[in-house]
Parts: sequence; structure tokens; C-alpha cells
Amino acid sequence: MTRQVAGEPASQVVAEPLLQLTDVVKHFPLRSSGMLAGKREYLRAVDGVSLEVRRGETLGLVGETGCGKSTLARCITRLYELTSGTVSFGSADISRLSARRLRPYRRKMQMVFQDPYGSLNPRRRVGSIIADPFAANGLAKGAERKRKVQELMELVGLNPEHYNRFPAEFSGGQRQRIGLARALALRPEVVVCDEPVSALDVSIQAQIINLLAELQDKLGLTYIFIAHDLSVVRHASDRIAVMYLGRIVEIADTEDLFTRPRHPYTKALLSAAPTPDPDLVNDAERIVLTGEVPSPVRPPSGCRFHPRCPRAQSRCHVEDPVLESKNIDEGDRAVACHFPLADGESMMPELKEPS
Amino acid sequence: MSLLEVEDLQVSFSTPDGILRAVRGMSFSVEQGETLGIVGESGSGKSVSTQSIVGLTEGARVSGQARFEGRDLLTMGDRGLRRIRGAEIGMIFQDPLSSLHPHYRVGWQIVEMIRAHEPVSKKQARLRAIELLGLVGIPAPESRVHDYPHQFSGGMRQRAMIAMALALNPKLLIADEPTTALDVTVQAQIITLIKRLQQEFGTAVIMITHDLGVIADIADRVVVMYAGKPMEYADKRTLYHQPHHPYTEGLIGSLPQTGGRGRPLKSIPGMPPSMVQVPRGCAFHPRCGYVMDRCLDAEPPIREVHGGIDHRSACWLPPEAVGRRTDDSALAAQSARRHGGDAVIEPASAAQESTPA
Repeated sequence: MTRQVAGEPASQVVAEPLLQLTDVVKHFPLRSSGMLAGKREYLRAVDGVSLEVRRGETLGLVGETGCGKSTLARCITRLYELTSGTVSFGSADISRLSARRLRPYRRKMQMVFQDPYGSLNPRRRVGSIIADPFAANGLAKGAERKRKVQELMELVGLNPEHYNRFPAEFSGGQRQRIGLARALALRPEVVVCDEPVSALDVSIQAQIINLLAELQDKLGLTYIFIAHDLSVVRHASDRIAVMYLGRIVEIADTEDLFTRPRHPYTKALLSAAPTPDPDLVNDAERIVLTGEVPSPVRPPSGCRFHPRCPRAQSRCHVEDPVLESKNIDEGDRAVACHFPLADGESMMPELKEPS
Repeated sequence: MSLLEVEDLQVSFSTPDGILRAVRGMSFSVEQGETLGIVGESGSGKSVSTQSIVGLTEGARVSGQARFEGRDLLTMGDRGLRRIRGAEIGMIFQDPLSSLHPHYRVGWQIVEMIRAHEPVSKKQARLRAIELLGLVGIPAPESRVHDYPHQFSGGMRQRAMIAMALALNPKLLIADEPTTALDVTVQAQIITLIKRLQQEFGTAVIMITHDLGVIADIADRVVVMYAGKPMEYADKRTLYHQPHHPYTEGLIGSLPQTGGRGRPLKSIPGMPPSMVQVPRGCAFHPRCGYVMDRCLDAEPPIREVHGGIDHRSACWLPPEAVGRRTDDSALAAQSARRHGGDAVIEPASAAQESTPA
């Protein structure tokens, strides 16, 4: 994979990259099955991702279950060691740093998780959970720590008087606020949100999305936002990267991606998303992908999407497309496809009927 | 006569904290071949209402009426219900893994299901199972019929569940969040499949979901539930364009809309009440931006309102007050005043204001 080379759109100045990923690979070894020992297989969760995250933006990561989006997030924050490739924060390569030397960078990158129930220890008081980052870094002791924690609680819309309560006394949405307060304790620059609202009811979801936006304005945060709900990602993101089987297949500004998808997979994914407006539901435009996502242990040859792609030709079976800007685009976007869609082009030829 | 007619359904459970009133008077009807959507958030009672009708809520106190082709399901007893479940009312649930037995082959489970209701030979039943798996789009059904559930992907398991639910050509299919655990691409496949089968066999469908997108796609008419009660009945277009109940309006407003990027979403402040201590008056009043004095102690009855045909709502606002209010600034200011800023309500405050109903 090469880094994308994209011209700058005239209308906006592209912000400096805060994070730079170059050919990031994460393979998980599978247990070798007795007889075939020696031929160890790997699950290729992330298989060559290059990408930059710009200061102050929200970069959305979308894709189906198992496409590697959560693994990529954990590679960025170094919760996983990379198999190969590099992650740079500012100008520093942090992908091989020891735990001790990584520490100052860890403070600048925090994560918020999907499950507000699983990520908080039920036996600890909320105040002490939120104070964890201070304790881990030996910062702000005693009364000052309490004051800081209460400030954080106020920042995320929790009542600071609930300092001594347990997680079970809070609802799902409030627990997500607790997780957020903890993540913000050390004033990070980047927050990786992995499905932050998926477990919440619609009405509560909107509260948390609004809060995330408010905090971004107030604190100048950069977000990497992972969600499977496309309307949520569209609402929250400046740019979106679409992943399929461990690779980025398309990256573009949010509105460009939604209105003029280039990759056939992007187009299929967008068309599958339910729209809540009955007047906009249109079966004719829905592209129902046939078949299943192939195994990331033995991904297909050539373009990984070719077995499910209605536009696939013989070249796609053998030649792996590179993520790059195409002639049809002026803007700041890149697509990994030999035959990208032009504006409004349909996905013809006819899709195969499900067998 | 409607295919299914439910009237004043009440379901409650005894819990250590007191009586939990999961459903507090639910009424709806389903006509032959139509799709009724039931929308609501977690704990609104949408799943419990349908489960209790087919006798799947053990330990619950159930009252009211549920007439399926004139027969009252709530009084017919276990033997009668067992004959109806599967054969006349098919069911699919959110998590197909918990409904398919992990120990038996998928084909065997469908065969058993058919043979429990119809006097056919194993061989005939097996052929039916293969045909059904093919019908729901499982590739190579003749070999897949020998697989165990774990050998199927999530989408394929849901297809297998649908095959099983449709095996005896039921008149009614209850689909309880059938696509919630699936990716959007697979969700689109499953919804397309349900619609296709419905057209082919004329099955009526009750689609229970929290996802208004799924509703917009598949439902004819919709019931919105909140705190164990129906809040609004409407056809899906009326519901979307001309909602009457502030809760419905809030639900739709909470969804990110195309072109609304960068603007805050219109969230509903606060959170759903505890079903052990439901607020007095209208159950939605602690979160409502239009709350009036009478909402605090008088529970609004279901009334006809002026959005569309057979449009009913349980709200004290005048019947002609339908439509989505575009003037959100007024609403936001009003609700911010009531709640002291951003949506923070004490977990207990809703309950404190109320007495057990």
C-alpha cells in the first residue's frame, strides 16, 4: 500500500496530521491444528492500512463485523502491538516504544468503549474510577484530585455530588458519560470512540452524540469514531474511511462519500442502511450484496471484494488494487478499486440472484 | 374479523423491588397479510406484550384479551397454545443462537418442528427442510442441512430461524428485533427476505424493533410504546410526517438526519422511568417539552387525532396539534429550563415525584 497522494481542495486548508499510520498490519496467530503443525495460519485482522488523522477532525471508521476497525483502533492506541508498519504521533514513531517511553503518548490518546456496563468496575465508586488516570500517573493528590474529578463530572453532564455512587446506580447513558470523564481526565488530544452509542437507546444516543460534539468544540479534541450505524457516523464525522477485510477500500470527506461513493462496496454498504423516512425507502436502489464476508484467514486473491462485487472483472481476481486518488476526483479522497464508480453510475451489470 | 386482536393487555412480574408492571394496557390488532410495527426503547414492554400473548412469559401475571381468529390465546391453556405456536404463529428472535439448539443439526431441528405438528414421514420432512433452507437463501441447502448451528454465520442462523418459523406456513409471524444483532448489509438481506416471503405466502407480520429505519421500510401501521403503554397509533407515513405524541416526535428528532451534520441532535432529555414506580399522570411527562399541569396527574386516554386515517394518540395536546415542530429553539429552551441544562436527571427523580400507580 502506498500513501495516498491527494490534491488539496481549494475550499479548505487540510489540517496537519496528528497521527500518521503507514502500512499497519496486525495478524493474530491461530492455534495450529495438530497434524498440520508448522503451517501456522494467521487471522489477518488489519492487513496494510495507511492513513492520517488530522488535528481537530473526526475521522469515522465504518465496516461490517470483522472488518478490522476495532483492531485498527487498538493498534493506534498501542493496546495491541503491531505485526508490522508504523504509527506516528506528531513526528514521533510510537509503534516500537517501550511501555515506559510510551507513557507520555498514552496520556494523549484515550479510548471510550461500546459497553458502558463492561468497562466500569461495579465494585468501585464512580469518583475513584474517574480518578484512575490521575492515580496511574501520580498526579493531583487528595483534595485536588477530588476537585478535578468533580470538574470532569460536571464537564460530561454528571452531577458532581454523585462522586461516591457505584456504577450500578447510573443508567447506560450516564455510564457512558463516566467512561468519557475518565478518558478526558488527562486532557488527551485524541479520543478513540469504539461504538460509543451502539448499546444505548435512540433518545439517549442523541444526548451522547451531542455531548461528544460539545466536548470536541470545548477541548479541541480529535476523534476517531467507530460505529456500525451509518447515520450516526455521517452525523459525527468530517471524513470517513470504509474498511473491508482488514483494508481501507475508500476514504473521503463525509458528504462526498455519501453522495458520490466510488467503491462498489461503499455504495452497497450505504444502500443497505435503513433510512427512517418512509418516503425515501426505495427497494430499487438497494443493492443487496450476495454471499458472506470471506474469512480473514485466507482472504480472496486480487481485490478482496471481488467475489461479491457485481463489477468484478478478470483483473480484479489477480491484481490487488492500491488505495489512491483517481482521475475522476479533484478532491481529497482515495479509493482502492480498479473500476471505481463515476458520479451516479449504477452498479450494473445485474447482481447475481441468491442461490 | 382481525387475525389478531389484543385488548387491554396487562403483564406484571413480582420482583424484590415490588410489582413490575411491564405492560399496562396494550391494545392492537393485526389484519391478514399486513405488517404491524411495534416501536419502543428498551423496557417499553414491546417484547413482553407479544411474548405473553403466546405464553412465553413464565411467572408473569397476564390479563386482558388476545383473540387469534376469535380464539382467546390467554385462556386456552398450554396444550392449545402449543398447537398454535409454530403452526399458526411463527416466531423469530433477535439472537438466533439462543433459539437454535447448539447440540442438534439445523436440518434435524426443522424436521422435528414439522413432525411435531404434522403427520409426515422423516424423509418428507427432510425434503421440506431442504426446500425451506433454499427458499431463505442458504446456499447448497442439501449439504447445509447437516450442519450444526455454530457452522452457520449470524445472518445464516437468522435465515435458518426464518425457515423454521415459516415451515408450517403460519398465518402470523412475530419478528422480535430480528436484525438488531446483524450488520446493515445482512439486515437488508433479511428484511428483503421477510418482505418477499410475506408477499409469497400472505403472512401477517408483527415487527418489533427500536429501529425506525426498519419500520419505515417494512411496516404498514405502527404502534409506539412507552413505559408499557401505547402512545400513538398511525400508518408509517403519518407517524413520520405528522406525529402527534411528543415522544414519537422526540424519537424521530433524535435520529441523525441527512444534511444535519454539525448541528446538535434533538435529544429527549432524561431517561425512561422505572416500571416499578411509573410516574403519575402521563408516564412521559418528566421528559416532555410540552408538559402542562394536567399531564402531572391525569393520564391521557387514547384519542383520535387529526394526522391521518385511524390516527390515535395518548396525549393531552389538542387533536389537531400534529406534525413535527420545526421551531426547535423554543422546544429546546423550554426543556432546558425544566431540566437545568443538558439532559441530566437524577435516576430517582422521576420516581420521587410519583406514587405507585
